[in-house]
Amino acid sequence: MIGLYHPGHSLIHRAPMLLKLSLLSLAVLLVGLLGELGQLGACLLAVIALFLLARVPLGAAWKQIGPILWILVIAVPLQALFAGWTTAGLMAGRLLIAVALAALFTLTTTVTAVLEGFQKLLRPFRRWVDADRVGLLLALTLRCIPLVAEIVSEVIEARRARGTQGSLLALAVPVVVRSLYAADAIGEALAARGLDD
Amino acid sequence: MSTIDFDGVSHAFGERMVLRDIRLSLTEQRIGIVGANGSGKSTLVRLINGLIRPDTGTVSVGGLDVARNAKAVRRQVGFIFTNPDNQIVMPTVAEDVAFTLRRRGLTPLEITTRTQAALERFGLDQHADHPAHRLSGGQKQLLALAAVLVAEPEIVVADEPTTLLDARNARRITELLLGLSQQVIVVTHQLDLLAAFDRVIVMEDGRVVADNAPDAALGAYRELLA
Repeated sequence: MIGLYHPGHSLIHRAPMLLKLSLLSLAVLLVGLLGELGQLGACLLAVIALFLLARVPLGAAWKQIGPILWILVIAVPLQALFAGWTTAGLMAGRLLIAVALAALFTLTTTVTAVLEGFQKLLRPFRRWVDADRVGLLLALTLRCIPLVAEIVSEVIEARRARGTQGSLLALAVPVVVRSLYAADAIGEALAARGLDD
Repeated sequence: MSTIDFDGVSHAFGERMVLRDIRLSLTEQRIGIVGANGSGKSTLVRLINGLIRPDTGTVSVGGLDVARNAKAVRRQVGFIFTNPDNQIVMPTVAEDVAFTLRRRGLTPLEITTRTQAALERFGLDQHADHPAHRLSGGQKQLLALAAVLVAEPEIVVADEPTTLLDARNARRITELLLGLSQQVIVVTHQLDLLAAFDRVIVMEDGRVVADNAPDAALGAYRELLA
């Protein structure tokens, strides 16, 4: 979800996150139950219509859906070999539709909307679960992915500069130490932003 | 301006004393703090919003004892860190600014309006939906500043906010800080940026060794370095 959101004002962008998530789950379930290639073809057309309605640029959609096509290039002939072309086609169609729908959800939903949605879902359980803290935990998890990736990339560069490429220890130790320092600093920043209460 | 008082404040990290019997009353609008690494500057400013509690003595902001009223004091004091990467919590620029306002009992419309205004003020509105981690260093520090100022604090404390920036961005951030209507306390190593400040405090080995107008205080600091 990091940096994948594509801003817009379409009906799909404006739809409530929980409604979109419920419809996504339902659609993936239904597509899994369809047994005719024609039915999947109709679904695929409907998904394309949804992308057009959301006005998601082709490039952004391709970035999300493209990688699955590479997997299908290998998986479809193998499936056809063992179970026939119809089964392979059904598998490919189901997977493609499910990935495209998930991509549409990601491209049209902000992280904040997802967090707020989960907080709403957790509200009935507030006696046992602090929904705000769970939301913050999810946000920080997403935020930390590029942060840790940057640390790893800097440590790899430093390792290369010092000629210690082969050593796993020379990668793991600085990454762990720097990640812990970063976690400490983020904790301090959260406290400064009034989130320690 | 709020008054920030340090009354006999000392603090140690383990065996190492980092602040020794600090007695200060900060009332000026723009205050600079300089000193060598390890002289106690960062610890001193962290005491202002209770990120660190003093071992002895008291720190008060606008009459409120920080140790007893940290939550109320943090609503008055905005803090900007050296590395903005550690300060950014949410994945996108607008979401990070809005995050500051989420626990303030505002309506979604108020949050959106204030977030948009803050982004426009710091020239980040074009990046509102961009991933925060892909901004440049200068833009990240602007985002940190926007995320702090959207809450309209009475005091802004900045701990070496320009250390990781190039000269142009350092100047821009400093000019923005100098242009604020709030009381501003800045820890810095960039002495040339302190000329426009009202008061400069020089720290050495956990003590205040000079406390004066910029010319006099920086003169004393240069003698110390010589």
